[in-house]
Amino acid sequence: MSKGVAITGMGIISSIGNSVEENFYSLLHEKPAITRIENISTVHADVIKVGEIKKTNEELANELHLPADNNYSRTALIGTLAAKQAVENAGITSINEFRTGLISATSVGGMDITEKYYYDYFKDPELVRYISCHDGGDVAEKIAEELGLKGIVTTISTACSSAANSIMLGARLIKSGKLDRVIVGGTDGLAKFTINGFKTLMILSDGYNKPFDNDRKGLNLGEAAAFLVLESDEVVKKQNKKVLARVSGYGNANDAFHQTASSENGDGAYLAMKKAFEVSGLQPSEIDYINVHGTATPNNDLSEGRAILRIYQDEKVPDFSSTKPFTGHTLAAAAAIEAVYSVLAIQHGTVYPNLNFESPMEEFNLTPQTTLKNKNIEHVLSNSFGFGGNCSTLIFSKNE
Amino acid sequence: MKKTYINGVGCISTQKTFDTVFLEEAVYNQKDTVFTLVKPEYKEYVSPAASRRMAKGVKNGIVASALAMKDSNTEKVDAIITGTGMGCIEDSDRFLKNILDNNEEFLTPTSFIQSTHNTVGAQIALLMQCKGYNFTYVNGVVSFESALLDAKLQIEEEEASSILVGGIDENTDYTMSLYKLAGFVKNDQETPFDVLKETSTGVVYGEGASFFVLENERKESTYAQILDVEIINSLEENEVETEILAFLKTNNLQISDIDAVVLGFNGDAHFDSYYKNLARNTFAQTPQLYYKHLSGEFNTASAFGLWIASKVIQTQEIPNIIKVNSVEKPAYNTILLYNQYKGKNHSFTLLSK
Repeated sequence: MSKGVAITGMGIISSIGNSVEENFYSLLHEKPAITRIENISTVHADVIKVGEIKKTNEELANELHLPADNNYSRTALIGTLAAKQAVENAGITSINEFRTGLISATSVGGMDITEKYYYDYFKDPELVRYISCHDGGDVAEKIAEELGLKGIVTTISTACSSAANSIMLGARLIKSGKLDRVIVGGTDGLAKFTINGFKTLMILSDGYNKPFDNDRKGLNLGEAAAFLVLESDEVVKKQNKKVLARVSGYGNANDAFHQTASSENGDGAYLAMKKAFEVSGLQPSEIDYINVHGTATPNNDLSEGRAILRIYQDEKVPDFSSTKPFTGHTLAAAAAIEAVYSVLAIQHGTVYPNLNFESPMEEFNLTPQTTLKNKNIEHVLSNSFGFGGNCSTLIFSKNE
Repeated sequence: MKKTYINGVGCISTQKTFDTVFLEEAVYNQKDTVFTLVKPEYKEYVSPAASRRMAKGVKNGIVASALAMKDSNTEKVDAIITGTGMGCIEDSDRFLKNILDNNEEFLTPTSFIQSTHNTVGAQIALLMQCKGYNFTYVNGVVSFESALLDAKLQIEEEEASSILVGGIDENTDYTMSLYKLAGFVKNDQETPFDVLKETSTGVVYGEGASFFVLENERKESTYAQILDVEIINSLEENEVETEILAFLKTNNLQISDIDAVVLGFNGDAHFDSYYKNLARNTFAQTPQLYYKHLSGEFNTASAFGLWIASKVIQTQEIPNIIKVNSVEKPAYNTILLYNQYKGKNHSFTLLSK
């Protein structure tokens, strides 16, 4: 059994905090941040609630000391903030000292800018500089530039599993010896585009999302960015790095059922978890906490729950919870922020409460952990599923 | 460590690259600033009802992937990995326009659910019932090479034995109008264009879908072996040669071993110097090829470049229309591809017979 790839740094910004410490504090003290939307003007403002970072683009740009004529989208702003934190947290001072890569993830890219200036581009020459920030790769470009990183830079976009896949690719690149160090994660800013998209699919809750509850009515959208630094054991040894936890398992599979809906039995989810167990060499019974995808849509939670039951069969399902009642569903960033939460769960021995839960689903006997629980945690399994049947599982383990 | 072979190819482009041998019907269009796609018979691959709901990128991806599967005589793959710079921009534009024009009311979800970047990979998986690994890369002009690198890693590490890899991009009138406004696309008034001799900035734009079946075994349909793929985000002009030499060295090769070099010339006078320096000096004695005058420039145009290189190795011939110089070699067994856009997102891909 391989011991997995070392995580040596983390950075995060979400509606529940602007740093790893702030996020952990909010989780511990049951302080969710699902509110009315302020930074985007939308006709749905009085109906929906979102996990919004309460800073304007201008405030975020100031924090990054960007010039006034910058062309950063919101996704790039929060992504750069989180990636810089991660690099600093890992104690990296010379970014190109080792073979270092950046693998980002996003689903909306610069959509918040495009939707704001869509028709104005032709009227105001000042805005033309924003045209190139629409595409997904622009975000990683900007992060790389801010970090001074010259090596491999790429971006994954597989909807809501994107960041899980960037962590997976990063771990594979380190394991195979292609890279010594890689910064992995994801970022997505809120946009009118996604708000309306999920609204038309009728999976937005008008209240607070209730994962795995029988009366769940859908999700709250959120925005966030998180990045982790993965390093080879050689670098860890050479620089005497502190290892926060390890990426010990990963798996991606496709549900091949429907563009947006999950199959009834969660085939893709089941296969992703199964692969992650194979890679890690762990048994399902060794998992101490499952951070479920748990979006609180009727379809996801049913499908994910069934897949988990298929994995555990007659065995007891470990403590599980969704942290989306705290942050909202942050799409391409979701797996990255939940990776940070998983590492924190291992470091501090905490299972986070699944907020807003009242009554178990009638289809099966699964009850999430609803209060904060302290216990030793060796292994955490984290699920993330996206449009296009994209299903990903990561397993994080304590550094022995 | 297993080796990676290109065992099947499928290409839909702005040239007739299906039902042909190798560019015998190719046309060098020097008038237009945006090339349009030569459409295949979609109905042979997708039902007309499904076809009406699908964006052209999805349809082209489905056809190109089916052609590649047929070419390699492969029934099933273990994984599907795609690259796309702009993704499903047709649906994304449509949904956004509806939001803005109708003040966020009266929307239907179809174009939203098809707007995610991984739609092409997902639709192919759905059609083929492929439940394996399914990734989509979206990083400008290394989107396709990222997919290629990932696939090669999977085959080397024996995580998969056959993988469908593709690069897909589609254009929309609106995006092209923005690109013209921003100067990314050349000015219509400057015709005729000659990619190798341009003095203006901007490029002629294209679109397309190229797919490859990569397998861990050589077989009858094998075009080439992929020896190596490297991606580097930023390089100065004077660093490229050193990087290429180092890249070749890790593969135990030197410049004289390269039988042909495929360069990503796109006619942007500002950045084609990256290629011109190499063409004049490093590869002066090497047959040089270019292709973007046929495919147009776009984020996954380099997948068309890989199709060209694969065909050269297979047919052992270089059509005149893609020759930069007149240097010839007795055999074309080892080919290097180099691509970048605006001095960023550099990629080196190395093929051998």
